[in-house]
Amino acid sequence: MTSSLRLRAGLVSIALLAAFLGVWHLATRSTGTAATMSPEYAKLMGLTATQGKSAMPGPLDVGAKLWEHLKRPFYDNGPNDKGLGIQLAYSIARVGTGYLLAVLVAIPLGFLIGMSPLLSKALDPFIQVLKPISPLAWMPLALYTIKDSSISAIFVIFICSIWPMLLNTVFGVASVRKEWINVARTLEVGTVRRAFTVILPAAAPTILTGMRISIGIAWLVIVAAEMLVGGTGIGYFVWNEWNNLSITNVIIAILLIGIVGMLLDQILARFTRMVTFPE
Amino acid sequence: MSTFDNPFDPDRNLRAGCACGQHRSAAEHEQAAALRCEPVESEEKRYEGVVASAVMRAMFPQDVARRAFLKSVGASTALAALSQFFPLKTATEVFAQGGAPEKKDLKVGFIPITCATPIIMAAPLGFYSKHGLNVEVVKTAGWAVIRDKTINKEYDAAHMLAPMPIAISLGLGANAIPFAVPAIENINGQGIVLATKHKDKRDPKDWKGMKFAIPFDYSMHNYLLRYYLAEHGLDPDTDVQLRSVPPPEMVANLRADNIDGFLAPDNICQRAIYDGVGFMHLLSKEIWDGHPCCSFAASREFITTAPNSFAALTRAIVDATAFASKAENRKQIAEAIAPANYINAPVTVLEQVLTGTYADGLGGVKTDAKRVDFDPFPWQSFAVWMLTQMKRWGQIKGDVDYKAVAEQVYLATDTKKLMTEMGLSPPASAYKSFAVMGKTFDPAKPEDYVASFKIRKAS
Repeated sequence: MTSSLRLRAGLVSIALLAAFLGVWHLATRSTGTAATMSPEYAKLMGLTATQGKSAMPGPLDVGAKLWEHLKRPFYDNGPNDKGLGIQLAYSIARVGTGYLLAVLVAIPLGFLIGMSPLLSKALDPFIQVLKPISPLAWMPLALYTIKDSSISAIFVIFICSIWPMLLNTVFGVASVRKEWINVARTLEVGTVRRAFTVILPAAAPTILTGMRISIGIAWLVIVAAEMLVGGTGIGYFVWNEWNNLSITNVIIAILLIGIVGMLLDQILARFTRMVTFPE
Repeated sequence: MSTFDNPFDPDRNLRAGCACGQHRSAAEHEQAAALRCEPVESEEKRYEGVVASAVMRAMFPQDVARRAFLKSVGASTALAALSQFFPLKTATEVFAQGGAPEKKDLKVGFIPITCATPIIMAAPLGFYSKHGLNVEVVKTAGWAVIRDKTINKEYDAAHMLAPMPIAISLGLGANAIPFAVPAIENINGQGIVLATKHKDKRDPKDWKGMKFAIPFDYSMHNYLLRYYLAEHGLDPDTDVQLRSVPPPEMVANLRADNIDGFLAPDNICQRAIYDGVGFMHLLSKEIWDGHPCCSFAASREFITTAPNSFAALTRAIVDATAFASKAENRKQIAEAIAPANYINAPVTVLEQVLTGTYADGLGGVKTDAKRVDFDPFPWQSFAVWMLTQMKRWGQIKGDVDYKAVAEQVYLATDTKKLMTEMGLSPPASAYKSFAVMGKTFDPAKPEDYVASFKIRKAS
């Protein structure tokens, strides 16, 4: 039953994709009406102007270009032109650094806050105010104070991915079932041991859910941050191609950003499943 | 006129006359002060000329004697004779090197537009390495970012709009940090592009209520567009909308009908035409022929901590500018700077901008060899003009010492010295008078100039 459901879902997915590509192809077909202009003038103009080619690339253009990128993902033509593989590696490294720093801060801190109802109430307003701030709002401040664009980008990842983890950790730790803690108390388990053997495993699924939300946010943020600070990374690639009005490359970048984001999410989802327990 | 001095020309005066030595008198020099740097065949040749001039001067303190000598034996014999007992080659090599740079690996930021041509092409065409530098040119996302990165010392020097270093030094829109301009990148090279649907609205008087994009508030683009509109009776603050839009988004916005036109740096103008969304209403050169556009800027701190690196960098830029000013080099330059590592634009578009033979967007092909031109000399009168416009449009409130600011930011004296050392002939004065849309600007009377405009922001 499940295998046939999976098969049918797969077929529907493929059909949807085919329909989407078909519509896209038809919508961006060149109108074919070549404007009348002198050949000398036409030579100086782009295909959009001369052959009525759609300004939006079709799926075939994108496919051909994508193949070109995939064939040589690691080329390096100097500081402003690197292969997509290198750009993605830069972005992932930045996200990884900022995110790990956030994990190192958010989980211990969340643990402490969660174990103390007083602190958790006192800090709540601050967290609530800081949480909804857009990553790009932090950027000028970071650039101005840190005075280094690559560290600023990492800082922005850090500051934006810390809140969901912190909140989830606090919530997870605070809502560990009282019975379990009481049992531990009855058995005279020390505070440290109680934290690691009772509270941590109990709160782990909630904490990991927070981490999963955070990695998604971190990946969203990196593209915006790199568009702003430039230099390297997939966000810079989007900006650079946008400069050249190359929508084809922008679409390819969008596709890749989506795929990498999905992979990161899947990795965290796997971890979450590992720590989930039946009650 | 050639900037390369031929010391073996009997008709040339080597010492008296004007500062550059090309003109018989200072007055004659003034007249020809619209400088064009025309490079000689090769670097060595030019330096050789400088050194040979010095040697000839030492041998014949009297000009009359030198001329008589040259006339009697001929220039080639004189050169051969001179080389016999004076090691011209060695002396030239020693001279060309200058002081060793304190810092060899430099980072220079740029915005991907044709204004940055000298900064960019100096990398692929080897001008930086020729002056002993290893420069990485880094593409940057926008003017505010390039400003912050240069202030933060991530870049040692950068491509900036000509008014930006003045604004930064004055603390407009940022903390006041002393910046300096050793060289202007390009002159001319902007244009007013309108959406194709406005092709019958060529009179600016009909532009009331339209929306225009400019790249940055502290830009020649902003001042020229405002000037142009005001001369046609439109108040740029109330009659039209001016928006600060990053150049690549201008074309997209024009296509999406969010703006009616823009005054943008080139290749953006030509790109709009290339993509069939707009037409060239006017080249900025028709507003003010020879106006500065972008500058090469560095902080005072960099200049004082690494004076030799700075001098070598300036030499490389001046050299590249001189190379770019030659029409026959422009095609080669267009190909060198088109790849994704540099400007990232179709070669045809860059060629049209640099060679000046371009499609106007209305079906015609136009030619204007000076559509964009390159001339490094940082005229202080340019800075004074920009200050008058900042004052006119309320960016500067209160009194401003025009001359002091211009002289602090635009390093005409240092550049002059450097250019003379390089065998180029800079103008004698750092001030020149010029006309913007037929109205003469006298750099000595900036206050009167500001007061003479009917349309301006009340201060």
